[in-house]
Amino acid sequence: MSISVTNLTKVYGSQKAVDAISFSAEPGTILGFLGPNGAGKSTTMKMLTCFIPQTSGEATVSGFNISSQTLEVRRNIGYLPENNPLYQDLYVKESLGFTADVHKIDNKQRRINEVIGLVGLGNEQHKKIGQLSKGYRQRVGLAQAILHDPKVLILDEPTSGLDPNQLIDIRKLIQELGKDKTVVLSTHIMQEVEAVCNNVIIINKGRIVADDSLQQLREKQGGKSLEDIFISLTN
Amino acid sequence: MLTIFQKEISSFFSSLVAYITIGVFLLATGLFLWVFPDTSILEYGYAGLDSLFSIVPYLFMFLIPAITMRSLAEERREGTFEILATSPLTDWQIVLGKYAGSLAIVLLALIPTIIYYITVYQLGAIPGNIDTGAVIGSYIGLFLLGAAYAAIGIFSSSLTKNQIIAFTIAVFLSFFAFSGFDSISRLLSLQSVDTYVTAAGINEHYQSISRGVLDTRDLIYFLSFIAVFLVLTKTILGGRKW
Repeated sequence: MSISVTNLTKVYGSQKAVDAISFSAEPGTILGFLGPNGAGKSTTMKMLTCFIPQTSGEATVSGFNISSQTLEVRRNIGYLPENNPLYQDLYVKESLGFTADVHKIDNKQRRINEVIGLVGLGNEQHKKIGQLSKGYRQRVGLAQAILHDPKVLILDEPTSGLDPNQLIDIRKLIQELGKDKTVVLSTHIMQEVEAVCNNVIIINKGRIVADDSLQQLREKQGGKSLEDIFISLTN
Repeated sequence: MLTIFQKEISSFFSSLVAYITIGVFLLATGLFLWVFPDTSILEYGYAGLDSLFSIVPYLFMFLIPAITMRSLAEERREGTFEILATSPLTDWQIVLGKYAGSLAIVLLALIPTIIYYITVYQLGAIPGNIDTGAVIGSYIGLFLLGAAYAAIGIFSSSLTKNQIIAFTIAVFLSFFAFSGFDSISRLLSLQSVDTYVTAAGINEHYQSISRGVLDTRDLIYFLSFIAVFLVLTKTILGGRKW
């Protein structure tokens, strides 16, 4: 089990952002994390990546506890935060080189070139990140997340703001990565979930309202479209 | 830590911050030392760098906060701090790497001023008639002073997402640490403890090192001053976990 979450809770002041959620994911799964804005998706991801601590509950990533073994967790995780923050004034290769150094990757040049090919940054690799268009920046963010070949990938809205062609490329890449890794991705686009995910978790007001494989979820809800299921569960 | 340090340096140079601050620093010291009559060595007529060493603490007061203001404030505003914090780096590695990066720029700004020393050395009525010991002491003093300001700057930068606020806080704290204690010690009600109050300020220790005597007490003062601000910075960064 590469991600296992039990009763994870996060309280901000008097507000429960995440309320005792439990789920798990195995390698080879692409888990779609759905929910309206403010449902607690990003907060959960931030807890899993050890950015903020949980108020209560437990979670392990690749067998490491997120509160007591944070360095090991962070070594095994690739994270693309919401809004894809990047160092605007570094060159693409500089930025990837920095990530490679942070993770102490051997044979760094070869790996960087490999990942640049993988995410399709070939033509833009000599530019400054600040000069890139949104789609290419997204690729840089993704390249940074997968550079150290992590077992678990956590992607917070990886496809927001991409054009349809770029969407298809990135989705293909995520599917490819999901063959041997555990991928958790959050999104607001239902077609995307249908296209890439095999499991779905719908979260509303901090609670899990559905946790199933895509197929079973549809069957249980009487063959409704994912969009209708989402609306009926979160309203 | 080394990784963060390298990234800081390349960031300083690719965003022009390094060129501008070092350039402005050298231009200002050049003007004060050779052109402006009030402080010019040529007008003064003695082969000494005293005016350099009395002006640089005030120049540093503005330039070092300008170098350090972005270091953590920008990471947090742009959200890249989230990437740093979720990569396998400890908070100490982040703080020390950032600090070392800013310190390197301070050092790079100081090194070219050695040319002033060489010039004055040659200009003396008898070449070489300059108190080299005091100059070396003053350079060590300046470096420690810069190191203390940089620690203040990194700390201020950790307080806020806004670079201007970080800059303003750093300038004020640097100014207060440098000469505020001196001035306060002159308050009538503090007459009985004035030596202690003065000793809390940077100026007293800077002057002492500048005389060319490297006293361990001064060294310990600077090192603990820096340590206090770096520990505070680390504490603030860890604040997301409270």
